[in-house]
Amino acid sequence: MKTWQCVVCGFIYNEAAGLPEEGIAAGTAWTDIPEDWACPDCGVAKADFDMIEV
Amino acid sequence: MNTSPIIIIGSGMAAYTLAREFRKLDADTALTIITADAGDAYSKPMLSTAYTQGKSAAQLVTMSADKMREQLKATILTHTRVIAINVAAKQVQLASETLDYSKLVLALGADTVKPKLEGDATDAIYSVNDLEDYARFRTAAEGKKRVTIFGGGLIGCEFANDLVNAGYSVDIAHPHHYPLERLMPEVPGMAIKNGLAQLGVRWHLGFASAVNHGTDGLVVTLNDGTTINADVVLSAIGLRPRIQMAQAAGINVQRGIVTDRQLRTNAPDVYALGDCAEVAGHVLPYVLPLMAQARALAATLSGTATEVAYPAMPVVVKTPACPTAVATANPLDGATWQVNCTEDGVCALYQDAEGKLLGFALTGKETAQRQTLAKQLPPILN
Repeated sequence: MKTWQCVVCGFIYNEAAGLPEEGIAAGTAWTDIPEDWACPDCGVAKADFDMIEV
Repeated sequence: MNTSPIIIIGSGMAAYTLAREFRKLDADTALTIITADAGDAYSKPMLSTAYTQGKSAAQLVTMSADKMREQLKATILTHTRVIAINVAAKQVQLASETLDYSKLVLALGADTVKPKLEGDATDAIYSVNDLEDYARFRTAAEGKKRVTIFGGGLIGCEFANDLVNAGYSVDIAHPHHYPLERLMPEVPGMAIKNGLAQLGVRWHLGFASAVNHGTDGLVVTLNDGTTINADVVLSAIGLRPRIQMAQAAGINVQRGIVTDRQLRTNAPDVYALGDCAEVAGHVLPYVLPLMAQARALAATLSGTATEVAYPAMPVVVKTPACPTAVATANPLDGATWQVNCTEDGVCALYQDAEGKLLGFALTGKETAQRQTLAKQLPPILN
C-alpha cells in the first residue's frame, strides 16, 4: 500500500485508508481510482494533476 | 524565422502550471521565465494549512528554481523585475537588459488589499499572498501567542483555523455578521463562524481603524472603538489583480488584465492568466480556473488555438472546524436559496424558479455531495 500527495495542494491519499466518505474503499490503489475523481481539497481532477509517491 | 523565446512573467502556480503543460506539448521552443522572487515552486493552497501539517515556509518548497529549470528546460531569471513591456517592439525591459519575445505571458498574480489605518504600528501588519510573505509572517509569529486577523473571507477563515491548530489565540475582525458572505447565504456562513468560535476564535463585528504599539504588544482599534490586544496582525481583506504594468504598456485592463477566451490580451502575442487576468469577464482567483486556463493556453502557445472552458468549479474552504464547499452563482431574478440543516451539516442549494440547481454551499458531512451536485451545475464558460 502506498501514500500519494497531490502536487497542487498537498492533499495526502493513503491507499490503505482509502477515502470512505468519498466512496473509495480502504485498500483502493491510486491506479484504480477513476479518472474523473477529483482531489477533495483543491478539486483538481485526477486526470489533470500528478500525484507523487511519498 | 523568429528565434526569440516565449517569455512568462511570474513563477506562481499559473506560470509554472502553464510551463509544465506547455512542455507536455512542445519540448523544444525556448522558454524564459522572469520572476521577482526566488522562483521556487510551491503549492499556494498549502500556505493556509502549513501549521497544521507541521511544515515551515522552506518545507513548502516542492521544487527549487534549479530543479524547475531542469524539469521545464527553461531559462528562469530569479529576483528579476520587469520594468516595462514594449508591445510594439515585442520586448520586455529589465534593469540590466532588454529581452525580445516571440510570445509574452503575463502571470503576475495579485496584490493584497492594504487596509487604510491610523496609528503608529501600521507597518507591523502582515499579509500573505506568496511563499516569501508567508516566511516573513511565520518569523514574526514565532514565539508569539495572539494573532488578530482582518477579514473573514476564505483566507482569513483558513488561517484562523490553521493558527488555532498551532496553538495561537485568534481574533478576527470582519464587517459582516457572518464570514464568506459574498460566496454563501447566512446559514452555512454561520456554521463556519460557529465552528471557528468553538475552537476559541473570537469574532468582532467591524473593521480595523487603527493599530498602535501598546504596553502589551499591539492594540488594534475597530471602527466602533473596540480594542483588541495582539502580538501579530494579519490582514486578509482581499486581492487585487496586478494590472499596472499591463496598463502602462497600453494593454486593456478592467478589474484584471482583459483577455478573451484564448487568454489573448488586445496586444499581439501577449497573453494573461491566473490571478491577474480577467478572462471573458471573469476574475476567478482559484486553483481550478487557473488549471483550466493553463491547459488551454499551453495548447494555444503550441499551435492549436484553444478557448478556455470553465465547468462549475466548487471551492473547498479548508476550515477543518467546519468543512465547507461552495459553488457560487451570480444572483439571478427568481432564484432562491433552499437551506436544509441536519446534525451533520448544512446543505444550501441555489435554485431558479424551475428548481434548476445554480449553486450550492455545503458544510460538515454534507460536503461529501459536492462532486455529485457540481455535475448538475451549469458551466461558467461553456
